Amino acid sequence: MLPAPEELKTTIEQLLPGVTLTVEGAILWVTPANLPAVCRCLKETERFSLDYVADLTAVDYPQDGRMDMVYHLCSMAKRHGPVTLKVKLDRNNATVPSLTPVYRGAEYQERETYDLYGVTFEGHPDLRRILLWEGFKGHPMRKDYVVEDQDAPAPS
Amino acid sequence: MSATNEGLRSEMQKHGVYLTTWDQLVNWGRGNSIWPLQFGLACCAIEMIATAASRYDIARFGSEIFRASPRQADLMIVAGTVTKSMAPQVVRLYNQMAEPKYVISMGACATSGGPFHKGYNVLKGIDRLIPVDVYIPGCPPTPQGLLEGLMKLQERIKRQPMSQEVARKHGEYQVPQLGASGLEPKYNPDIFTPAQQAWPSGATPERPEGKAS
Repeated sequence: MLPAPEELKTTIEQLLPGVTLTVEGAILWVTPANLPAVCRCLKETERFSLDYVADLTAVDYPQDGRMDMVYHLCSMAKRHGPVTLKVKLDRNNATVPSLTPVYRGAEYQERETYDLYGVTFEGHPDLRRILLWEGFKGHPMRKDYVVEDQDAPAPS
Repeated sequence: MSATNEGLRSEMQKHGVYLTTWDQLVNWGRGNSIWPLQFGLACCAIEMIATAASRYDIARFGSEIFRASPRQADLMIVAGTVTKSMAPQVVRLYNQMAEPKYVISMGACATSGGPFHKGYNVLKGIDRLIPVDVYIPGCPPTPQGLLEGLMKLQERIKRQPMSQEVARKHGEYQVPQLGASGLEPKYNPDIFTPAQQAWPSGATPERPEGKAS
C-alpha cells in the first residue's frame, strides 16, 4: 500500500535533505528544481517503486499568470498509485526540468505538452512538436490561443 | 431511352424481348461496380467496415472491393474527421484517382467538422477542397445510412448520359500547404464559397423569453 500524502512528504524530506514539499489534499506540490530528484527518489526507493508515469500534462491559468504541470506516477511492481505531483510554473516562461532521464516513457508526453502548451522541458533529448506540424505558430491548448477563421478569404 | 415508349418496352419484356440503350447498359454496369478506396480517417471508418462485413454486406450493391490503391478506385468515402494535417493527403489521393470519380462525405465531421467545428486542428468539411457528390449525415452514420448514400450515388450515376460523363474531367485540385495556423489556402475558391454568417460576428443570437442561457 502507498503511504498517505503526509507520510510520503516526510519520508521524501528525510531521504532528500533540502527538499521541501507541500501537501494539498492528495497532491504533492514540488518546486521545479526539485522535481527530478523527487521522482528519482519515488522511483528508486523500494517501498514506493513508482516506476511508471501514467500521465503528464499542463494546466493553464491565464488569470493567475500561472501554468501548472501535473504528473501521475504509478507502480507496476507494487500495483499501487497514482501519486499526483504538481509543479507551479510561470506562464510566460514555463520551463521545467525534463523527466525523460528518469522515466524514458515521459519523452512523448513531454513533447505533446510542449506542442500544445508551450512548456519547455530542460534536458529533453528531442524537444520537437509531435502532433502539429513544423512551422505551426503558437500553442493551441493555451487559453489565449485564437483559432484561425477558416472562412476568411485568401489574401490575394 | 427517351425515344422508346416505357409501356411498349415493358410489354416486349413479357415476350422475352429486352431493349436498352448504350447509356443504360454502361451505367448499369458502372453503377453496380463502384469500387471504393480503402481509406478510413476516424470512427466513421468502423461503420464503413461494418457495412462491408457480412451483416450489412455492401457486396449486394457491387461495392465490396475496397481498393488499396487510388488508381483502381472510383469512389472515395471520406469516412471521418479530416484533420488539417491529413487534408493535403486526402486531396492528393483524390487527384490520383482515375476518372470518372466520386466522393461520399460520410458523417458530420467530413461534412462540416462536426463536433470539432471550433477546433484548431480540423478542416470544416472536405467540400472545401474537393467536390462532394453525396453527403451522409450522422455521427457516425449507421451502415444503413452509408448504403442509402451509396444507392443515391448509383441513382446519380445511372442518370448521367455516358457522353457527358466521358467529357467531364475534374483535373487536379490544388493540394493545400500546412501554414502557421492552418491550411494555405483555407479552401479552394473555385468549388467552395463560405456561407454567410447568420448574425454579425460578435453578436449573440436572441434567446427565447424566460429561458436561462
